[in-house]
Amino acid sequence: MDPKTAQRIAFTALFLGTCLVIVPVVFVLAVIVKEGAGIINWNFLTTQPLNGMRAGGIFPAILGTLILVSGAVMISLPIGVLAAVYLNEYAGERPLTRIIRLAIINLAGVPSVVYGLFGLALFVMFLQFGVSIIAGCCTLAIMELPVIITASREALNSVPQSFREVSLSLGASRWQTIRNVVLPNALPGIMTGTILSVARVAGETAPILFTVAAFYLPHLPRSIFDQTMALPYHLYIISTQIPNMPRELTFGTALVLISMVFIMNLAAIIIRVYFRRKKLW
Amino acid sequence: MVETQPHVEEDIFCRDLHVQFGEHRALTGISLSVHHGEILGIIGPANSGKTTFLRTLNRLNERERSFRVQGTVLLKGADIFSQIDTATLRKRVGMIFALPIPLPMTIFDNVAYGPRMHGISSRATLEGIVEKSLQQAFLWDEVKDRLNESAFKLSGGQQQRLCIARTLAVGPDVILYDEPCSGLDPISTARVEESMIELKKSYTIILVTNNVKQASRVSDRTAFFLMGELVEIGDTGALFTGPLDRRTEEYISGRFG
Repeated sequence: MDPKTAQRIAFTALFLGTCLVIVPVVFVLAVIVKEGAGIINWNFLTTQPLNGMRAGGIFPAILGTLILVSGAVMISLPIGVLAAVYLNEYAGERPLTRIIRLAIINLAGVPSVVYGLFGLALFVMFLQFGVSIIAGCCTLAIMELPVIITASREALNSVPQSFREVSLSLGASRWQTIRNVVLPNALPGIMTGTILSVARVAGETAPILFTVAAFYLPHLPRSIFDQTMALPYHLYIISTQIPNMPRELTFGTALVLISMVFIMNLAAIIIRVYFRRKKLW
Repeated sequence: MVETQPHVEEDIFCRDLHVQFGEHRALTGISLSVHHGEILGIIGPANSGKTTFLRTLNRLNERERSFRVQGTVLLKGADIFSQIDTATLRKRVGMIFALPIPLPMTIFDNVAYGPRMHGISSRATLEGIVEKSLQQAFLWDEVKDRLNESAFKLSGGQQQRLCIARTLAVGPDVILYDEPCSGLDPISTARVEESMIELKKSYTIILVTNNVKQASRVSDRTAFFLMGELVEIGDTGALFTGPLDRRTEEYISGRFG
């Protein structure tokens, strides 16, 4: 075949493949927005469900999801960054660190329902947190860890070795070097990775299913040992467990959830772009 | 040729120094000393061990896991491997890298970085150190009105002088220059050389260079390294006009390397 023709065919195939990626995203968004946008208003976002959740707002579920993801990130971020700094800056190449690395990669591949069961066994039952916000946060935190560690290590790696050498050559200790040169310059990457991991777990149903999520609560959670409603689980309930559910309400809830995730992704992109512009080396 | 006994006026005394990276022998049996207040030039082709030698003196090589060292290196009579901790050693033996590497912070913070790491926090003290160091590096007049700008806004030559000022700010005894002009144009090179000649009044300098002419211009004594060995060391004038070893002669006359 004429190489030019072959190239044209190849490019066309590649282009069509790329389009196929976009189609489902656009389609999903279009359906959800079309079916759900009508119900979104201030009232829907800020009031309690009414009439067996067939009417009213979804405020407790929104609040619950916000509490869960922020609690989870407060646990996973420090642990993840500490682990990443240790692995990247101190540990070096040893059999033990290779095993740890392998474990982290595998942790990222564990199905979310397994995390849920693990959370149930460890936090709810063994540590006797009960079905509670703290148990849910811990479970989500473990799910976030591999993403945060991997992103943080990449961010640390992207800080040039020469910066470390300059700092050490001036008599700074390794910790001073990490604290003053490496971490500040790795921070944008760490933040971006963290937000992406939060966005990912915000929509997870399985890990919170056994550990924290409530079918319906007449009041907002009062302590970290209370249960809470959460958007993904609420969405599952109202789409499958309640008869005569207004379609609009289901899609409206889905739209809120997907918007929260998109906003977080957008924040990550903005941070990345902002710091890439500021980046000097 | 080979000096075996340390003298008081020797800032660095090095005897039978062997360095290995894994199986690779980078330095074999280096014995030399660096006198107080002199510029010792080290010349030699690529992979002759010049940079490895420098990075052994401030123990920066130890970042490599495969690094092994044998032999004695004394800094003003104290063993750098056993009697001085690395932070103190590196404070006393500063290093200028081949390419200018400003840290991603302001000009002021770059120079103040070292002193801050060593516990100086008073703004007035830091300002004094920064001004003095920048003056010694012949950079003060060019940057005194823009100390709070990013160091990356400086030109390559200015950046390298900033790195010199940053090293001076921690108050070293010895300064190691690792091919400091390899990325600079002739005018910037001249300014760096100028500052070196000025600085040897107060500091002892070791200058590793790929540029034989640079060694002949600025160094008091010159050493020729080849494949990890010290071939010859002597007064620059003598070494360049009448080298004792045939390999030295061939290298400086441009027949190889």
